[in-house]
Amino acid sequence: MDLIASHITHRFGDLAVLDDVSFTVGAGEVVAIVGPSGCGKSTLLSILGGLLQPTSGAPELRGAPPADSLNPLTFVFQDFALLPWATVEENVEFPLLHTQLSAAQRRALVEDALRRTGLTDFRQTYPKQLSGGMRQRVGISRALAVKPAILLMDEPLSALDSQTRELLMEDFVRLLADGGMGAVYVTHNLEEAARLADRIVVLSRRPGRIREVVTVPMTRAERGEAAAREKLLALQNQIWSLIRNEAIDAEREVQHA
Amino acid sequence: MLDRSASDVASKDEATRRVRFRGAGFVPASSRFGGWIALALVIAIWQAAGSAGLVNALFLPTPSAIARAIYQLAISGALWQHLSASLLRIGVGWVLGTVAGVAVGFAIGLSRLARSVGITFISALFPIPKIALLPLLILWLGIGEEPKIATIALGVFFSTAISVYSGVDAVPRNLIRMAQSFNVPFATIVRKVIWPGALPAILAGFRITASVALLLVVSAEMIGAQYGIGAFVLQAGNLMQTDQLLAGVVILSVFGLAVGKVIGWLETRLLHWR
Repeated sequence: MDLIASHITHRFGDLAVLDDVSFTVGAGEVVAIVGPSGCGKSTLLSILGGLLQPTSGAPELRGAPPADSLNPLTFVFQDFALLPWATVEENVEFPLLHTQLSAAQRRALVEDALRRTGLTDFRQTYPKQLSGGMRQRVGISRALAVKPAILLMDEPLSALDSQTRELLMEDFVRLLADGGMGAVYVTHNLEEAARLADRIVVLSRRPGRIREVVTVPMTRAERGEAAAREKLLALQNQIWSLIRNEAIDAEREVQHA
Repeated sequence: MLDRSASDVASKDEATRRVRFRGAGFVPASSRFGGWIALALVIAIWQAAGSAGLVNALFLPTPSAIARAIYQLAISGALWQHLSASLLRIGVGWVLGTVAGVAVGFAIGLSRLARSVGITFISALFPIPKIALLPLLILWLGIGEEPKIATIALGVFFSTAISVYSGVDAVPRNLIRMAQSFNVPFATIVRKVIWPGALPAILAGFRITASVALLLVVSAEMIGAQYGIGAFVLQAGNLMQTDQLLAGVVILSVFGLAVGKVIGWLETRLLHWR
């Protein structure tokens, strides 16, 4: 199943946020979206996931999702969005409650998702008892439970410390390794984009337009090797050179707002 | 290994002084027994002053006299007669007001139309002291229990509706968006996200409405009732039976405390995740 951003334009009142953004996320492909602060990255993701109605243009799907997918487009949120009154297990089961699945089927899916994210021993724990990294693991586990075709990740690591970010990045690489699941990964961190994405969509400052789409010229497995470091760094520098001046302008704009 | 030069370590000859601790205070912790000890102390001083004749018993009877009055009320059966009348009015009025308040509060919290209409009416009617409506309610509903119950229900209704829709408004939007992103149906979002998310505010509202109900039942009973704690306190005051009057006040205080304990227990059980 492909996800297509088709001429998406969005305004919040008088404020133009996105201007004619079009790109395609192919099946199993990971596309990162980067750009200066306030360029509309998260707005674009909300539109792609059907949580926000664009002013014009539309997100479209091409092809059928995997037969076992219960929610083809599934978000992983920056702030985790966990139900504080529910245990880890209940949080992961939450999106399955309204489905036609039997209790046994739901239990099996929850079990599998918890195992894949290393949360099996924390099933009865409440979110407030967990660290930020573990909370995001619950968010990822909940997303995996519905067997998504495409994960929509809105700066999923930005609320975490650098060590936890590194550990979760390794998890993402592992989860996306087999190409069975695609992702749109919104981030302001160019290193994350370079390590995870097949292609990187670079947006201009507000209103966000596509400045460039950069293809990462190596597989994710290769990126873990020492020899790839220089290439990845060069790629990050290339993207940074595209957005640096606009990032400075955007920051000044925010300060004056 | 750290390389410390001699100059890093204070010389023994040189006088040193401690950095003054500046982080004290602003963390008030209540002692478990402090309140009870203070209460016991006040009662003891009050009793001693009364027993020593320093205070006129007509104006302020001693705690022991009040305790005796409560005991006599209990064994005569009058206590239960008055208390049961008040409890019935409070119970029915509170439940009616709460059910209506929760329903209207949720409607205002979830529907644009209900919000536009509801908030206008609530803003206009909430400030009215509900006891002022009792004469009108007597005209409408007769002189039986109905107007008193309706007065309590009205008082409870407005506070409940406000606390419920404030609670619904306070549910983090990201949780609702999360549920929508999983195509969770509206009714399930209300049941599994909005209800538990609004529950802390709703329970906090219950504390307020319990006091409102107590205030209104006493006021309503003072205006027109034969039985009830409010009627009993008024009669005792008219007959200058201050020990009986204060016995009624103590019973009201104990009732208020008991309701507070029940709500506290509910909070502990239902909001254990906080």
